[in-house]
Parts: sequence; structure tokens; C-alpha cells
Amino acid sequence: MKISNIKRERESVKLRKEILKNAFIKSIPIMFSYLFVSMAYGIMMEEAGFKWYYSLFISMTVYTGAFQFLLITFLSSGASILTIALMAFLMNSRQVFYSLTFVDEFRGMGKKMLYMIHTMTDETYAVNLTLDSKGKEKEDTMFLIALLSRCYWMIGAVTGGILGQVIPFDLKGIDFCMTALFIIIFIDQWEKADNHLPALAGLAVALICLITIGERNFILPSLLIISGMLLVVRKRRSGE
Amino acid sequence: MNKNEIILAILVSAVITFSLRALPFVAFHDGRKMPEELVYLGKILPSAIMAVLIVYCLKSAVTDWRGTGVPELIAAVVTVISYKWKHNTLFSIVSGTVCNMLLLRLM
Repeated sequence: MKISNIKRERESVKLRKEILKNAFIKSIPIMFSYLFVSMAYGIMMEEAGFKWYYSLFISMTVYTGAFQFLLITFLSSGASILTIALMAFLMNSRQVFYSLTFVDEFRGMGKKMLYMIHTMTDETYAVNLTLDSKGKEKEDTMFLIALLSRCYWMIGAVTGGILGQVIPFDLKGIDFCMTALFIIIFIDQWEKADNHLPALAGLAVALICLITIGERNFILPSLLIISGMLLVVRKRRSGE
Repeated sequence: MNKNEIILAILVSAVITFSLRALPFVAFHDGRKMPEELVYLGKILPSAIMAVLIVYCLKSAVTDWRGTGVPELIAAVVTVISYKWKHNTLFSIVSGTVCNMLLLRLM
């Protein structure tokens, strides 16, 4: 009885170690991208007159890449709360679409659900899509990836704020690792899918929206148009 | 902006961001089932979303062709080819990123 308990415990420790290792490996692209980008963020905040603890506070509460950069301009120019609220809404609405995919899985995670919702970013969403484990193991992996990513982001923001421009090496271009990861996930999904319409529609609509609407606000309209298109196509097909 | 206004602005941003992320969870709470259409979108959208994010990441190919556009496009091609060749995630990320960093400095 006792021996089997010890054995079981050992196995669960081993499993936990393996999950942590796997989560860390999966998070490596996020690590490079977040450390670099959030360091740039911390530096920009410092230049705008906001000390590192502001960067940390915003990274802990808001925690969303592009909008945090925009918020620097708003805070230093004294934009109205309404403007800030509206931009936060427009820039982060795309994440509604991310949650759709994970509603059931996050809900199964109990108390961790709120944390999973708060830490859902473009990057963790993308990495979560690549996990092939199931059940509890997948849930633990997703949680650890969320936790690690959030740490990377906060560490970078604080370091950037404190060290400022004394960082001796030039890392320009390292944020491409996230682009590379998105491309790889795209290829994986492409190879698995029978229906390439969502992928192709995504590329075409996003490109058209980028050219017509401009780089700042094209993501949300793209997602709305694509969703509409896919639903219409589905209706037509089922009606045939 | 004084300190209180700044903190208020930050908290408002935080609440809005969290609410958006939480919306599908709140809307379909306690046995209220997600409409079939949304379940379908949740399943089918990921590859469209990846496509949109890729366009977003490579947007400078349209908006800043001479600056970061060309290096990023070339690095993207390197990523695709290397992944098709070896199917190794880290290998492709490193080749693409190193390629981008070199081109940014050489071009």
C-alpha cells in the first residue's frame, strides 16, 4: 500500500516536471519576443516620464501588447478617459474571437479560469492551439505557458524601465520570432485541414483591409468580415 | 494628467480588456448553450486568425517597404522553406529571426 503510494507520487512528480519542461519549451518563442518587446515598452514609458512601477502596474492589470504602447501616448498627452476606453475596446475586441475556441477548456479549469481569461494574448492563444496533449495535462500546460509568458512580459517591462538605454547590445529585429511562430502554426494547420477556405480568406481579407483601412485598425474589421463570410458559406453549403 | 487620473485610465483599460476576453464565458454561462454558429466559428476561425496575425506582423511590407518590409518578407520566406524542409519549430524560428536581424543590418 505504502510503496504503491510512494511510487504513484514519484510518477506524478515526474509527470509534473515533464509538463513544466514541455510548457517552457513551448514558451521559448514567446520568451524572446516578450522580453524584447516589453523591454522596448519599459524604455518608452521611462522616456515618457513614467517610472518602472507604472510599467509593472500596467503590465499586471492591462497586459496586452499593442494597446499598452498606445496607452503611453494617451497618458502622456492627457487623452480623455472616453477616448482611452474606446481605443481599448476597439484594439482588444479581436480577443473575443480567441476565447470562442477555448470556452469549454478554460471552464473546466475551475479557479484558474479567470487567470486564463486575463492572460489570453495573441501569442498564448497561438501556442495553445499547438498543444497535442489532452485533459488535465493540457490544462496544466496552458496554465504554465500563461504564467511564464506573463512573467517574461513583466520582467522585460521592469528591466526596460530601470536599465533604459544602457542595454549594450542591439536586439532590433528579434521580435520576428513571433512572426515565425505564427507562420509555422499556419503551416501546421494548413497541413491538417481539408478545408483551406478559412486560411485563404484570412490572408486575402486581412491584406485588403490592411491596404484600405490602414495598419492601425484593420484586425477587427478583418475578423468580422471573415466570420461573416464563413457563416454565409456554411449556410449555403448546408442549404444545398 | 495627475496621478489619480492616470490610475483611473489604467484601471478602465484593464477592465475593458478583461471584459472582452471574458465575454464568451459570461454570455454562455450556466447551461446557456453557445449558438451552433459560434461553436462553428470557434472551431474554424483559428487558421483565419493566424492568417490575419501574419498579415499584421508583415504589414511593413505594405507600409514600410524600404525599411523593415523587405527583410521581414525574406525572413518569412526563409521560415516557410526551412519549416517545409525540416518540420522543426525552433530551427525555423531561429533561422527566420537570425535572417531578419542580419538583413536589417546589412540592407
